[in-house]
Amino acid sequence: MAIELKMPALSPTMEEGTLAKWLVKEGDTVKSGDILAEIETDKATMEFEAVDEGTIAQIAVAEGTDNVKVGTVIAILAEEGEDASAASAPAATKDDTPEPAAKADEAKPADKVEDSAHPAQEKVETGARQLFDAASNEGEALPEVPEGTEMVKQTVREALRDAMAEEMRADDRVFVMGEEVAEYQGAYKVTQGLLEEFGDKRVIDTPITEYGFAGVGTGAAMGGLRPIVEFMTFNFAMQAIDHIINSAAKTNYMSGGQMRCPIVFRGPNGAASRVAAQHSQNYGPWYASVPGLIVIAPYDAADAKGLLKAAIRSEDPVVFLENELMYGRSFEVPKLDDFVLPIGKARIMRPGKDVTLVSYSIGVGVALEAAEKLAAEGIEAEVIDLRTLRPLDTATVLKSLKKTNRMVVVEEGWPTCSIASEIVAVAMEQGFDDLDAPVLRVTNEDVPLPYAANLEKLALVDAAKVIEAVKKVTYKG
Amino acid sequence: MAKSPARTAQSDPQIPNRERPAEPQRYEASKEELLDFYKQMLLIRRFEEKAGQLYGLGLIGGFCHLYIGQEAVAVGLQSALEVGKDSVITGYRDHGHMLAYGIDPKVIMAELTGRAAGISKGKGGSMHMFSTEHRFYGGHGIVGAQVSLGAGLAFKHKYAGDGGVCMAYFGDGAANQGQVYEAFNMAELWKLPIIFVIENNQYAMGTSVNRASSEDQLYKRGESFRIPGIQVDGMDVLACRGAAEEALAWVRAGKGPIILEMKTYRYRGHSMSDPAKYRSRDEVQSVRDKSDPIEAVKRELEKLGVTEADLKPLEQEIRKVVGEAADFAENAPEPEAPELYTEVLVETY
Repeated sequence: MAIELKMPALSPTMEEGTLAKWLVKEGDTVKSGDILAEIETDKATMEFEAVDEGTIAQIAVAEGTDNVKVGTVIAILAEEGEDASAASAPAATKDDTPEPAAKADEAKPADKVEDSAHPAQEKVETGARQLFDAASNEGEALPEVPEGTEMVKQTVREALRDAMAEEMRADDRVFVMGEEVAEYQGAYKVTQGLLEEFGDKRVIDTPITEYGFAGVGTGAAMGGLRPIVEFMTFNFAMQAIDHIINSAAKTNYMSGGQMRCPIVFRGPNGAASRVAAQHSQNYGPWYASVPGLIVIAPYDAADAKGLLKAAIRSEDPVVFLENELMYGRSFEVPKLDDFVLPIGKARIMRPGKDVTLVSYSIGVGVALEAAEKLAAEGIEAEVIDLRTLRPLDTATVLKSLKKTNRMVVVEEGWPTCSIASEIVAVAMEQGFDDLDAPVLRVTNEDVPLPYAANLEKLALVDAAKVIEAVKKVTYKG
Repeated sequence: MAKSPARTAQSDPQIPNRERPAEPQRYEASKEELLDFYKQMLLIRRFEEKAGQLYGLGLIGGFCHLYIGQEAVAVGLQSALEVGKDSVITGYRDHGHMLAYGIDPKVIMAELTGRAAGISKGKGGSMHMFSTEHRFYGGHGIVGAQVSLGAGLAFKHKYAGDGGVCMAYFGDGAANQGQVYEAFNMAELWKLPIIFVIENNQYAMGTSVNRASSEDQLYKRGESFRIPGIQVDGMDVLACRGAAEEALAWVRAGKGPIILEMKTYRYRGHSMSDPAKYRSRDEVQSVRDKSDPIEAVKRELEKLGVTEADLKPLEQEIRKVVGEAADFAENAPEPEAPELYTEVLVETY
C-alpha cells in the first residue's frame, strides 16, 4: 500500500508553509530518518524526515511551492515490493476530494476540519485554536495614527522585532538578552535578524537561568543601560519574579527616586495550544498588582509595535506580555518612521451603544468575535482593549460604561483576583450610578489548564460564553 | 575562625590546567594610609554603636544589621577601588560599605531614623540605601539578589567599556542561594569584571557555616565555574587591601571574575532583635580580645610610632562626626505625607 506523505504541521498553530526544497527525487529509496525535504514557515525552516522505508513513487508538490496547507499530500512512498510507478497520489492535490467515509463517521461536527479543501488535515479544534481564530479580528483604526497614513500588513512577531530594532538603532544602551534570542533567532523567532544587525554584544544568548539573567538585566538597568530581557515564556519568569518585583519595581521608590530601573521584561504570556498547565498561564493580574511596574499586554501588531517602543523608552520597569498564539497573526501597521504609542491608554476597538466589552491581549479577539455575532442579533457592543494593565485607563472604561450602562469583562485568564475583578471593582466604586446590570466576568475556568483537547476547549474563554453573558446583562437571555 | 587559616599548597592541591591568581601580599601601607584605614574603621564602629543605641531608644525601627567586627573588610577592599568609577553592591548589612565609600554619615543615619533628609528620603531604611553618584548600588534586602544584580553592574562596565569593576558583597548565608551560582556561571562565561566578596562572618543569622554549607571553604565555591577563589583574613585590613589589589589586577586584566572569601566575625547579633543564643559569650569575647580589626591597626600604627595620645584627637573627631550625624537624624523632620505617593514611578502616564 502506497504511503501518502503529508505536509506536516511544525507547530500547533501552523496552517500552511513553503515546501522549500526536495532532498530526494522520484525513484529514490529512502529509509526511516532520511531527510526528505525542507519546509519553511515564517518562524523557521524545518527538515522533514522519512518515517517509513520505501521508494519515492511520486512528488506531488514541487519545491518552491508557497502556501502548502498542512495535511496536503506532498509525495507518495511505495513500500518494498510495491511497484513504485503504479503508486500515485490519488487526487491528493485536488480540492474536491471527498472525505473518507470512515473518517466522516467518526468525526463529530465540532471536530471537523474547517478547511474543507483539505480533508486529510486532522485539525483538532481546541480552545487555543478558537482563541487563535478569534485573534484574526481587527479593531477600528488606531486613534493615534494620522489620517491618510500608509498602512502595511505585518505579523505581531515582525512588529515586535521592528520595535526592538528601531530602538536599538536609536539608542546604544538598548540590548536584548534571553534564552535563544541570538543564534537561534528567538525561540518564537521574535528576535529574528537582530544578531546579524547588532552583533553579539547587544543580542545576547543566556544560559537557562531565568533568576540569574533577570538579575543581570536588572543590575545593568540600575547601572544605566536599557535592557530588554526576553523570557521564552512568562511561565519561566516565575523563577525570576523576585528580581522583577523586589529588585526592579521597588528600586526607584526605595531609593527616594535616586536609582532608576529602565528595563523591559517581555515574552509570551497566557495559554498556548495544548501545552497544559505549567506552560499556560496569564500573569497579567500578578504583575498588574505591583506598584512600581508598568504592565502592557497588546492585542494587534500596531499596538505591539507602538507600545514596545514606548516600553523600551520608559524610565520605569515594564512587564510586556505578548501572546504566542498572536505572533503569526497579521494586522495593519502604520508606516511611520517612529511610531510610538502612549502607555496607559485604552483603545476603543469597536464602537457600540448597548454593552461594553472590556478585554486585553488575545481576549480582545474573542470580544470582537462576540461583538460581530451580537451585531447580527441587533446588540451593539463596544469593545475596549485596555492595552496597558498598569496603570489602568479607568477613564475610558467608565466613559463607555456611562454610555452603555452594561459591562462584561473578557479575560483569557483565571477569574479570581483577575484584571476582570479589578474592572468590576472600578465599575462599582466609580461607575455605580451608571450600571443597569451587574458587571459580569467571562474568563477561563478556575482550573489549571488541562492538556486534553476537549477539556482545554472547555477551560478557555470563547465568544459563546461572552454572548451568553451579554444576553444576561442586557436581559435578553 | 578569624585566625585566617590561609590557603596552603599542601592541603589544597590546585588544578594545574589553568591560570590562577598569585597569593596576595599583605598591603604595605604608608603611615597616612594606615591612619586613614584606622579612621574609617573607627567611624564605622562608632557609627554602628550609635545606631544600636538609637535603635534601643526606638528611634530606628525594623531590621537593623550592624557591621561591628567586620570593618576591615569594607575598608580594606574599597580603599583599592575608585569611587565613581568602580561600583559596589551589597546586601542588607550595608552601613559600613557606604561609610567606606565616603558617603555622608548624616544622610545614612537620617535614613535609619526614617527622615526626609535620609539618603532614600526615609523610604528605604537600613536595608535599602543607594548612592548612584558614588556608584554604590545598595543595600538589598533579599539574600543573594545583589549577586546577580552585581553581575549586571559588571555587565554594564564591560558593555560601556568604562574600565570599572563591580565589587559584589554577600554573606556565607547568601553563598548557598541558587542565583549566586547562576551569576557565577554568566560572569565567567562572559568574563565580567566583578569581584565576588563572600563576607564569611561564620553565621547566617543563627546557623553556623558548617551547619549550612556542605563545602564550608567558601572560596572554593567558584571552582565548577572556573572562577578562582582566595581566602583572606578579613580581620586584617592590610590583608584585605592586599587581596583587593590582587583581585583587581586579575579582573582589570580581563580574566573575568574572582572570588574573595573574607574570614570575619560579627560581634553583634544578626540584627538588633537577635539575642545571639547560638554562640557563647566566650566565643565573641575571644575574637574581640584576639582578633579585633581596629586594635590590630592600632598595633600597626604603634610600630610606626603613632601613640595612643596621637590617636586621641582623631577619635574625638570621629565621636563628634557620629554625634552630629545622630543629632541630625533625630531632629530632621519626617517625610511629608505626600511623599507617600511620589517616586513609585519615574514618569507620568
